[in-house]
Amino acid sequence: MNSIVEINNLIFSYSRESGDETTGCIFQNAIDGVDLTIKKGSFTAIIGRNGSGKSTLAKNINALLLPSSGVVYVNGYDTRDQDHLWDIRQTAGMVFQNPDNQIVSSIVEEDVAFGPENLGISPSEIRKRVEDSLGAVNMGDYRKKPPHLLSGGQKQRIAIAGVVAMKPQCIIFDEPTAMLDPKGRGEVMEIIRELNREGITVVLITHFMEEAALADRVIIMDEGKIKLDGSPSSVFAKRDELKSMSLDVPFIVELVHRLRQKGVDIPENTVSRKDLVEYICRSVHRK
Amino acid sequence: MSISAQKINHIYSKGLADQTVALNDVSFDINDGEFVGIIGHTGSGKSTLLQHLNGLLKPDSGRIFINGRDITEKGVDMMEVRRSTGLVFQYPEYQLFEETVEKDIAFGPLNLGLSQEEAKDRAAEALAMVGLEPCEVAQKSPFDLSGGEKRRIAIAGVIAMKPRVLILDEPTAGLDPKAHKEILDMIEDIHKNEKNITILVSHKMDDIARLCDKILVMEKGTVVMTGTPQEIFSKGEELQAMGLDLPEAAQLILELKKRGIEKDETVLTMEQAERTLLEVLDKC
Repeated sequence: MNSIVEINNLIFSYSRESGDETTGCIFQNAIDGVDLTIKKGSFTAIIGRNGSGKSTLAKNINALLLPSSGVVYVNGYDTRDQDHLWDIRQTAGMVFQNPDNQIVSSIVEEDVAFGPENLGISPSEIRKRVEDSLGAVNMGDYRKKPPHLLSGGQKQRIAIAGVVAMKPQCIIFDEPTAMLDPKGRGEVMEIIRELNREGITVVLITHFMEEAALADRVIIMDEGKIKLDGSPSSVFAKRDELKSMSLDVPFIVELVHRLRQKGVDIPENTVSRKDLVEYICRSVHRK
Repeated sequence: MSISAQKINHIYSKGLADQTVALNDVSFDINDGEFVGIIGHTGSGKSTLLQHLNGLLKPDSGRIFINGRDITEKGVDMMEVRRSTGLVFQYPEYQLFEETVEKDIAFGPLNLGLSQEEAKDRAAEALAMVGLEPCEVAQKSPFDLSGGEKRRIAIAGVIAMKPRVLILDEPTAGLDPKAHKEILDMIEDIHKNEKNITILVSHKMDDIARLCDKILVMEKGTVVMTGTPQEIFSKGEELQAMGLDLPEAAQLILELKKRGIEKDETVLTMEQAERTLLEVLDKC
């Protein structure tokens, strides 16, 4: 089996009070017919504005939410199957936006051990896992520290270590860098890439185009549907579609668009600063 | 209105083992109506500095003059200082607490001693300034609103006190790109209409370059550079050495420079980058 997550025609609707007694509750589809297959070992970024359904989709992947209709399979298990709930959660771990909401202990290593302890693993194995996962996020030196004395980026890395210690095959990151400063963001993104290189499947939900650029596949969601799906460069190049969904068009894509309108003949796949610098250097040196 | 900081020092946990110098001889001047950006790493002292400007923290030494009055002196009316200097903290929506949006915004004005009637008027006015329709949201619970709207309500609560100095500590952190743009446009509009001093702390250099008249660069508790966006961002390599980002356009031009394609002027915006690149490509 090559895929780790398989989603077939997923619909997820929230009910909310309409405020009108005659109609009662109204239902709103946060996810409106999504088909998606995620390959083992891949790195997928999901982008969309607030309310586009991206976080709801993520929560459907590890059975925090269950489909209103359609099916989600994680490692072959149907997420509606209560008997395999722990298999699903252990396959697909999740890291959230706010590091402060995810830390439960007053000592770093105890916090990281919390997940494995709940799995009923032997103490010696837990010790090893805590050590390994703190090493994986470069926080081994901080094992005895209280988390509240750490920076935002460090706390988020502890939260990631807590998930890594569960040995998931897949980790879903729901805007893990939104509350971090540029340095913290860099640290966390480096860890995410490293985990992916080691074989963990990564699903990254983000607002930042430069983070999505590191993925091998980018999915754009809007109004509960998948609107674009492809390599970062092919998705970012669709300037008009991104604009129509009020997403940020990467600076370089917009600049290249303007230059093209002035008659400069820049190749299609120029989407990063590096691409543009290369193009300009080539053009200048050719003359 | 003007602000002048003269050699302010602040030490946390003075005399204890974890004593830290948070501000070290910080001096600067801000003139009436200026839009000032403060940039620097986390831990460089930005938030500590902001808290000195409305008297939440007092310096261990040095003086801070607001409109010519030294607010570090004993017996200064702190209510007066805080009335003139509004501070919007990071994630200000965590401070929302009232049952309705109107009550939450009116809380500050009521504390200033305004009547119920006046406070309500202030709330309506502030809501309009943050781009929300008073009759639509005033009676709602602030907790039923979206993240971007909550942030606006929280900012409205500060604006309702009509501060002559508005200080915002990363006002767009954690927002999506659309809400980010809306909040910044709103801050820009308020600044234009009120002609107040606006102080913005942000890591987003494109915003800082576009909005600010003056930038303070902080590192390890000191102000290491002061100048216009042009002056500051022309020192791209120095900023990068401090681990700070550059505006996208400036970064592009800096990389071209490293590859031997050199332009003299500092490029900060999309428009300038376009013009410069057309020149470069045209010449060849």
